Amino acid sequence: MLQQHLPALQVIVPMLSAPLVMLLRERQLSWMLATAASLCAFAVSIGLTRQVLAVSESSYLMGSWPAPYGIELNIDSMSALLLLIVTGSSSIALIAGARSLREQIEGERQALFFSAWLLALAGMCGILVSADAFNIFVFMEISSLASYVLVAGGPDRRALPAVFKYLTMGTIGATFYLIGIGLIYLMTGTLNLEDMELRIHEVADLKPILVAAGFITVGLALKAAIFPLHVWLPNAYTYAPHVATVFLAACATKVSLYVLLRFDLFVFQPNLAGHDLQFAYFLLPLSLLAILIASAVAMFEQNLKRLLAWSSVAQIGYITLGASLVSKAGLTAGLLHIFNHALAKSALFLACACLAMSVAKLRIDSIGGVARRMPWTMAAFVLAGLSLIGVPGTAGFISKWYLISATFASGPTGVLLVAVIVISSLMAVVYIWRVVESAYFGATTDDQAVAEAPLALLIPTWTAVLLNLYFGLFPDIPLQLSSSAAETLLWHQP
Amino acid sequence: MELLGLYYYWVFAILLMTGFYAVIAKLNLIKKLLGLSLFQAAVFLLYITMGKVEGGTAPILARGSAEQLFSNPLPQVLILTAIVVGISTTALGLGIVVRIKEEYGSIEEHEILEIDRQ
Repeated sequence: MLQQHLPALQVIVPMLSAPLVMLLRERQLSWMLATAASLCAFAVSIGLTRQVLAVSESSYLMGSWPAPYGIELNIDSMSALLLLIVTGSSSIALIAGARSLREQIEGERQALFFSAWLLALAGMCGILVSADAFNIFVFMEISSLASYVLVAGGPDRRALPAVFKYLTMGTIGATFYLIGIGLIYLMTGTLNLEDMELRIHEVADLKPILVAAGFITVGLALKAAIFPLHVWLPNAYTYAPHVATVFLAACATKVSLYVLLRFDLFVFQPNLAGHDLQFAYFLLPLSLLAILIASAVAMFEQNLKRLLAWSSVAQIGYITLGASLVSKAGLTAGLLHIFNHALAKSALFLACACLAMSVAKLRIDSIGGVARRMPWTMAAFVLAGLSLIGVPGTAGFISKWYLISATFASGPTGVLLVAVIVISSLMAVVYIWRVVESAYFGATTDDQAVAEAPLALLIPTWTAVLLNLYFGLFPDIPLQLSSSAAETLLWHQP
Repeated sequence: MELLGLYYYWVFAILLMTGFYAVIAKLNLIKKLLGLSLFQAAVFLLYITMGKVEGGTAPILARGSAEQLFSNPLPQVLILTAIVVGISTTALGLGIVVRIKEEYGSIEEHEILEIDRQ
């Protein structure tokens, strides 16, 4: 009975808990309810994943109205993969947040913060389950507005200009997407994605659809922080409260990438002549620039969180690189990297949250020698860093391996692309090493207050780290989900 | 003549670009937000015009008149939602501007950057 309503529950649970959390007001209680709601959403997404693995796709009609007229929710492997990341990282970050947020947000504002958090979660889940282009827009704005609030909750005043930039760029992106949807609706008269794909076949003049494809791709690229539209990301991640960074770094951009891939590969690819080439020519150079430039910037960055944020820009480059090959192997690698990068980055940002408990400034020169005082935190950082670099035995290795084999298979330019991937992995070694060097071999500060982070933070951090190792050794579930998602998106390819 | 006949699309494009220009070029944060609202409003107009059927009236079913010509109500419903989204965005943006003014004492982008650099 409950089984069949899981797609709706995925959104409803966090969305209805959000006002309750706000009404509770009390810090501890509101945290407990928010965490419980997030864990419930995680359980629902596990249930949905099991359904998807068993029967490949499940569709849910809101109010039992038939599909192109009513609103349809659709869960396939791609949504299941992303749902696991979104709800999982939200839960783990909230659990860590019990301790970490106490330092960063005053007690009376915490209930409001958790409420915004649940709205962001509900919005992201909504994007992932919805099969309706306009609903995706509405959920996108719900999640974006809530994440602006999350970032603005940071204790540093520099969070405010960062959030203003995030807000203007995010709104421009969403409005571009809205224009694109409008043009498609103008030509096809439908908003349901599957119906849209069918009806574009019947459209005589494809020029508006082409313009719509441009608007949607650029708008979503803004939201997904695809280079050079990433300028809002580094500061927003740096000044957000630490656990909010964990959540946003793992999910916010990935969810927009999901919509981008769904539109470009599923809706436009079979209908627009030469779209694969236009898409690849647009995305491939940008991905390479993102990988190289953002990694280079990260190598010279002093602020620990901004360093990791720049590395996120580079990792988004890997994902889009995989997608721009427009092959099943490439797309599988890209989707797998969405999953594995979320694992690695959550663990790294959680380790930052641990460090922030006893180090005043998260700068490379001010964490000298902390590894002697905080051995567990730094060990977690090193292991997660290895996963980010892509060392065998960690999750990062699996996706890089698939990415490299997909690029090799993509033709004569493949070798060049592999070279870029290898060079940027070496750059990742450099920027992770700078942190490790300072923490392990740097001159110790005399500050006696530096002590190991509390267990309440170490446990979620190590859970994330162990997940990195687990999915490095047993990558079956994400691999199966992403390869069947690639099958669904590129169904028209042999 | 076809170019003039499509004047409502010209209105859309001009409003859109005016708003976009303000968001990019203006340094004052309030003016940026004004531009953003204009930018969004232009898209609302795009949706409203596409739903209009020539000679069509409001889509209200009246008893006994089966052959009425209606405008498409769906874009209007969509835009009602989008207007709500737009208002929330503007409200949140203004709230952030107020906080910026409290913290920095300025709402000019270059001055804020200057203060941060120190």
